[in-house]
Amino acid sequence: MSAFAYLDHNATSPLRPAAFDAMVEALRAGGNPSSVHRAGRAARSRVDAARRHVAALIGALPAEIVFASGGTEANNMAIAGSGRQRVLASAVEHDSVLKSAPDAEIIPVDREGVVDLAALERLLVRHGEPALVSVMLANNETGVLQPIADVVRLARQAGALVHCDAVQAAGKVRVDLHGLGVDYLSLSAHKLGGPTGVGAMAIRSGAPFAPDRRGGGQESNRRAGTENVAGIAGFGAAAEASRDGLAVEGLRDRLERSLLAIAPDARAFGAGAPRLGNTSCISMPGVKAETQVMALDLAGLCVSAGAACSSGKVHRSAVLAAMGVEDAVAETAIRISFGWNTDSDDIERLIAAWRDLYTRVSQSDIRQARAA
Amino acid sequence: MNVLTQIRRNDQPIYLDYQATTPMDPRVLEAMMPYFTYKFGNPHSRSHSYGWEAEEGVEKARGQVAKLIGADEKEVIFTSGATESNNLAIRGIAEFYKDRKNHIVTTVTEHKCVLDTCRHLEQQGFEVTYLPVQKNGLIDLDALRAAVTDKTVVVSIMAVNNEIGVIQPLAEIGKICREKKAFFHTDAAQAAGKIPLDVEAMNIDLMSISGHKIYGPKGIGALYVRRKPRVRLVPLIVGGGQERGFRSGTLPTPLCVGLGEAAEIAMKEMDAESKRLAKLQARMLKGLNDKLTDIHVNGDLDHRIPGNLNIGFAYVEGESLMMGIKGLSVSSGSACTSASLEPSYVLRALGVEEDMAHTSLRIGLGRFTTEQEVDTAVDELVRHVNKLRAMSPLWEMAQEGVDIKSIEWAAH
Repeated sequence: MSAFAYLDHNATSPLRPAAFDAMVEALRAGGNPSSVHRAGRAARSRVDAARRHVAALIGALPAEIVFASGGTEANNMAIAGSGRQRVLASAVEHDSVLKSAPDAEIIPVDREGVVDLAALERLLVRHGEPALVSVMLANNETGVLQPIADVVRLARQAGALVHCDAVQAAGKVRVDLHGLGVDYLSLSAHKLGGPTGVGAMAIRSGAPFAPDRRGGGQESNRRAGTENVAGIAGFGAAAEASRDGLAVEGLRDRLERSLLAIAPDARAFGAGAPRLGNTSCISMPGVKAETQVMALDLAGLCVSAGAACSSGKVHRSAVLAAMGVEDAVAETAIRISFGWNTDSDDIERLIAAWRDLYTRVSQSDIRQARAA
Repeated sequence: MNVLTQIRRNDQPIYLDYQATTPMDPRVLEAMMPYFTYKFGNPHSRSHSYGWEAEEGVEKARGQVAKLIGADEKEVIFTSGATESNNLAIRGIAEFYKDRKNHIVTTVTEHKCVLDTCRHLEQQGFEVTYLPVQKNGLIDLDALRAAVTDKTVVVSIMAVNNEIGVIQPLAEIGKICREKKAFFHTDAAQAAGKIPLDVEAMNIDLMSISGHKIYGPKGIGALYVRRKPRVRLVPLIVGGGQERGFRSGTLPTPLCVGLGEAAEIAMKEMDAESKRLAKLQARMLKGLNDKLTDIHVNGDLDHRIPGNLNIGFAYVEGESLMMGIKGLSVSSGSACTSASLEPSYVLRALGVEEDMAHTSLRIGLGRFTTEQEVDTAVDELVRHVNKLRAMSPLWEMAQEGVDIKSIEWAAH
């Protein structure tokens, strides 16, 4: 057993060995894909091969893939590039969506974190200005999956375009650009075992797109800047390795059953909705998330108190708030997320450490109650 | 140190395109390796040691980059590359100060990503002055002084040109900008790690840096943003608020570490490496001059980085020459536009005539270039130039004393 069990794959997933090998090879080879000489052509062919693998992962054509520096940039690009001024976004979107559309009209979610389709329909018909609807495929904190096909159907009736942030879903569940019918779809390499610093946006052929980054004509004039060849090669290899998705739902269910047996008042958020098999957002009654995270870290287990973004400021989860979870409960929720290298030992270890902490805290509560 | 064997196998062409991209220094790759594997955390994860370890790597790298340009580490933000840095610097500052100022000054020989950003801002209602350059590729400081007004928000002038390698007088430009209260941005993608840069002494407010031009990885760059007096920008990429809010997105730890290491190596070896490259540059030029006539170096030879030559071989078609010299990887201009056959706008800006611009090659020398490679390159160039000239009726006429420019071409 290793010294640590890393169970924070929704923050970043360790690099897959195949991705590492592809990157080291590309880093050693060098070359600028825009150069016409042999070194340039070799780099170009690495980028092209990766483009095919990433396209295959999401059922897209290679020409529909635009590489970017990550999921955040891809989300920004889609929203700005759609050309639509009016944006409708779900309440549980990532900040890279919400902050790039500060005037977005918010689509509420229900108690399980699923978008309210009736509310979306009302927003769409409220006035005729053509909109962009941005709804994620899977939520980063709860793993809850959204009914994208229904979102697309409603959006189409109203002449709206659809952007789908699939950063957390790709490589974990099947994603199909054309099956879903979305116009723009964002991906991040490091969430599926590829490297940080690379992501992609799929633009359905025929969807409008105005590029935002100006310079050389890379990525068929859709995103300027010398391609991150090694990062892209690593992304391609990780995409190929992730094509069958993750089969960790059994581990997750076992974990949640065990934790709920230890503390019957614990709550698994979004458990009533379809969700990713790798994510559990669960509360430990009466114990602040920060305390849990630190205690688990000391026990050699990496989990998180929410999204990893920004400066480490502790603030309440907007996702849980949107689901109507009371603050006092939300601040006791941690996120546990599995990945390609998680095994049942990790789960057993987490269950044991979680039980220890819970027992310790409850006993000290009892002692305090007796003393009082 | 002989890392050459790790960089180039014998069956590969000699790489002489160091302005397009540079091979990664094996020491950089070595520094990056742990961050791909066991130190893989998200540097923004604050709740566990994987995150802290990654953050430590990122912050060390930030310090290394800052040191290279005489900045404070808090003033360095990481981006996905110099294109993004240039877009962010120019657009970000123009948009932030647009209520007070609406004018931008740049030059006609900037990289395409600067020029395209300026054109976009023109469409948004900004006024842009594109300063011409002199025949040697350098700007005229009096023309700059005359162009900057109290409406000028930013002056964007590159430190070193990507095609002809000339070094602009940064300290003098910075002084003019400071006097005239305009911000000074410089695209230092080709300069950082190659010439001494000091944001304080040169009064630079914003500076763009690229990883893969300094033997670091692709997909990473940096933007220096001055804190005192504070320079403000509207961010291009929003989201998690990383990088002081200037640039959201999970930082790619291994790439940041690679850029930092590349910056430190470049700084440590700059003096010795510049001298070594200057010798190679002189050797190449002498070799060509000894064996060929009618060749011409584009751009100033003295105010130039030693790793660049841009040479016109009269009466020879640059593209044909490139096809001929299969053993050498060189280019006819910027890599971004090298797939197009248009003559370089940089060379045209120097007043190089179109027929001569078409005969020009950019030859980039760098850390792994050896004397032997230079000699081989000279031999190959001489052989092919002579061969092509032997087939050229223009060359024949010129040898017979006909003034080519006096010929009146019949219309077809």
